[in-house]
Amino acid sequence: MTFTVEQAINWLTKSNEKIQKNKDYLSELDQAIGDGDHGINMARGFDEVVKKLDGNDYEQVADVLKDAAMTLMSKVGGASGPLFGTAFLKISMAVKGEEAVTFGTFVKALEDAVAGVKQRGKAEEGEKTMIDVWSPMVERMKAADDFDASVIRDNAKSSMEATKDIVATKGRAAYLKERSKGHLDPGSVSSYYIFEALAESLEEGA
Amino acid sequence: MANVGIVIISHSEKVADGVKDILEQAVGQVTVESAGGTEDGEIGTSLEKIQGAIENVHSAQGTVVFYDLGSAKMNAEIAIEMLELENVHLAEAPVLEGAYLAAVEASMGSALDEVVKALEKEFK
Repeated sequence: MTFTVEQAINWLTKSNEKIQKNKDYLSELDQAIGDGDHGINMARGFDEVVKKLDGNDYEQVADVLKDAAMTLMSKVGGASGPLFGTAFLKISMAVKGEEAVTFGTFVKALEDAVAGVKQRGKAEEGEKTMIDVWSPMVERMKAADDFDASVIRDNAKSSMEATKDIVATKGRAAYLKERSKGHLDPGSVSSYYIFEALAESLEEGA
Repeated sequence: MANVGIVIISHSEKVADGVKDILEQAVGQVTVESAGGTEDGEIGTSLEKIQGAIENVHSAQGTVVFYDLGSAKMNAEIAIEMLELENVHLAEAPVLEGAYLAAVEASMGSALDEVVKALEKEFK
């Protein structure tokens, strides 16, 4: 199976739908351990992404993801902008040149995305950030031979749920130390929606 | 010759503009640009605003960029990487105090590395 331009657009459209629908929930999560703007910021950014994609014809997956990345970086406003923007930009760079992206290239692209987000956010695994969803996803997909929607969905969900027990050491939540335990990481929940959207776009096909 | 340029990035448009006002009034001969808030003036930072501000003040003498919180730094780093300009320094110093010191140094015609050294000495 390959990943096509239509699926890439579908991926971002569905990500936007999920984030809009859960905007208040994401902000509530962020109010508990962050600065409370995650839902609003992500909703604003992804809304702009869909608007940006709407008016364009794309020939390559890379171009779709690059436009998404640049829009997120300039429109989100909070820390999620540069972080999710970097993730999509790295994926875009890695899949450049392939009209239909192969599984191998896609996994490598996700790996680059994780490296990029780590470098940008100066974070590692186990610090209660989006990396705790993205990094296990790369490891899981590396062990597979092809896209598998249910594997992607299940992996993202369990990783997202596992952030509840992590003590935050990055971002605003780090000030709370032990008190950050028991709360889901908002960036990981958004990442779950993004991977759930990826799974759905794979299921629906090109 | 132009002086070292200064860019003030804040999550708040008012804060960034306010710091710029202070520098212009207190130091005078200074090339400073503010990049505060998101594009529609909300709390946050905007990559485009930051890039625009750097381009406005930048010269061969270089530019020092100050930022306030988390995402401001990340957006500043991305802006600097994307502009591919020589001599842009992202300062690790308190925004107002740091920018004030940099403005004084720049107004005396100090080179970028001298401004950076003065900042590092004061805010280590």
